[in-house]
Amino acid sequence: MDEVRKKELTEMAKKLRIDILEMLCEAGSGHSGGSLSMADVFSYLYFSGILNVDPKNPDKKDRDRVVLSKGHACPVWYAALAEKGYFDKSHLKKLRKYGSILQGHPDMRKTPGVDMTTGSLGQGLSCAVGMAIGAKLDNLGCKIFAIVGDGECNEGQIWEAAMAAAHYKLDNLIAIVDKNGLQIDGFTKDVMNTEPLAEKWRAFGWEVIEIDGHNFDQIDSAIGRAIETKGKPVCIIAHTTKGKGVYFMENVCDWHGKAPSKEEKEKALASLCGEGAE
Amino acid sequence: MIPENVKKILYEGDKKIATRVAYGEKIAELGETNKDIVVLDCDLSKSTMTSIFAKKFPDRFFNFGIAEANMMSVAAGLAAMGKIPFASTFAVFASKRACDQVSISVAYPRLNVKICATHAGISIGEDGATHQAIEDVSIMRSIPNIVVISPADATETRKAIDKIVEYDGPCYLRLCRGSAPIIFNESYDFEIGRGVKLTEGDKATIVSAGFTTHIAFEAAKKLEEEGIEVDLINMASIKPIDEEMIVDSAKRTGLVITVEDHNIIGGLGSAVCEVLSSKYPTRVIRLGVKDKFGSSGSPEELISAYGFDCGSIIETVKSNI
Ligand SMILES: Cc1ncc(C[n+]2csc(CCOP(=O)(O)OP(=O)(O)O)c2C)c(N)n1
Ligand SMILES: [Mg+2]
Repeated sequence: MDEVRKKELTEMAKKLRIDILEMLCEAGSGHSGGSLSMADVFSYLYFSGILNVDPKNPDKKDRDRVVLSKGHACPVWYAALAEKGYFDKSHLKKLRKYGSILQGHPDMRKTPGVDMTTGSLGQGLSCAVGMAIGAKLDNLGCKIFAIVGDGECNEGQIWEAAMAAAHYKLDNLIAIVDKNGLQIDGFTKDVMNTEPLAEKWRAFGWEVIEIDGHNFDQIDSAIGRAIETKGKPVCIIAHTTKGKGVYFMENVCDWHGKAPSKEEKEKALASLCGEGAE
Repeated sequence: MIPENVKKILYEGDKKIATRVAYGEKIAELGETNKDIVVLDCDLSKSTMTSIFAKKFPDRFFNFGIAEANMMSVAAGLAAMGKIPFASTFAVFASKRACDQVSISVAYPRLNVKICATHAGISIGEDGATHQAIEDVSIMRSIPNIVVISPADATETRKAIDKIVEYDGPCYLRLCRGSAPIIFNESYDFEIGRGVKLTEGDKATIVSAGFTTHIAFEAAKKLEEEGIEVDLINMASIKPIDEEMIVDSAKRTGLVITVEDHNIIGGLGSAVCEVLSSKYPTRVIRLGVKDKFGSSGSPEELISAYGFDCGSIIETVKSNI
């Protein structure tokens, strides 16, 4: 990937992280860690040109779909959708408030650009399987992206969906697993070990690509390869850091479901500019 | 007494057919003209009768194996792409194994999924309690956005399917395993939210839905022979329910008896109580499964053991009017 584009995507990822921190602070609750870990992937998805979507025509039939199976990380999605122009950025300040188009978990009926309602972990990947089958039935030629948590992979339904996607040879389906190593009660390896994760997806019949989920060259080549893959679905395991970019949130379990206070937000914003980390 | 206008919609003959069979045949027929219809099943297509559609339209039939939770969310995804998915499995699994998926993937986003669950109630017989759905109506009814339909016979099943295909939103169609006498002829019109009165009388109101309606019908006719005339309402549309018909009847009779092959908690009986308690408080006696699990046995044995056979209905009416 050329340096100019990489710089743009890096800048956008930083913007998304700022938006996430601002909106969570304003909301007073929400999920910081798992939103920040996906900021680079969402920057790439929405601003590299890889997605066939049109914010002015969010319902166009042949658009690529995004399903945030780990729905609690919706702040990163809302930030990307706002920056992309799906709705005015002022909505971000109303995250989680009564009457807001930005619900605590993704709601396809309330938010333009949100293709599927999620929040109960394990269901989004199955929904994406249905979308991928639907897209094939109508020869839409579109791709379906599903963002899955590594803790979410504890859910049996993820593996039911994995089985079905391979069975129906859904090569228009790309799952991106946010492998940040943490869930709510602790490290994934301690709460419920899912290792060897890549082997599991492979054994279920998926093409598996492992990448550093904060490295745009690697995201770019993985998604490029995924789109080229024929005859089976692709799982990109993105190794990430939960809370990425904010030194005091990085890899800290407590920041899973917590929003920063005003002071913490200021410290976090400074951290994004390279300040504060030892 | 059977009103004249009702006589016109009644089937004459003694043919029996299970509502699940009518379902399988009907969607296979609709599949010809409506290309958006897709059918999903979980390794039960020979029992749910979706196998008829599968054979005819293999490209639009998807088996998900024994994985009901996945199937339900996949159906939501297909609906989000503009398809009209019919998702079938046994009622126990559709309502309990996939409950969260029905609620969050299907109902909350109001996706156009038709959950067509077969083998409802204890009337499935020998398989016993593990396969007898006695809570499905209760579960489905309490999830917002879902239309709940429990047709009484094959005709009503076919007519209801036409209406739920027209309707854009999640529906739960409750179907039965066993053959039941056909009640309605082709001129019967089913409407979501409407009941139909099969007999008229002012001694009592009987409200029934699904497999029990032919039993209640028989009871009403026998009661008439003894000079006891009752209103018999077939209320296939459990949600939305026909409030007006229930209230009008209760106003005339002052006594309501509900009959259902379901737990008396949360099902049709509860729905009727909810209407009457706020609109016209009336005594309601609920016949059905009295808050206990089912068991093995023949359908007839079970229905009488659980107290909603023809004799029990007659007895209940007589001892309470
Ligand atoms: C079915 C279900 N069970 C529990 C929860 C509560 N919950 C929300 S987030 C979460 C942990 C998710 O961990 P992971 O998938 O790794 O997400 P990430 O680390 O990316 O935030 C849990 C248990 C839920 N939303 N859904
Ligand atoms: Mg995680």
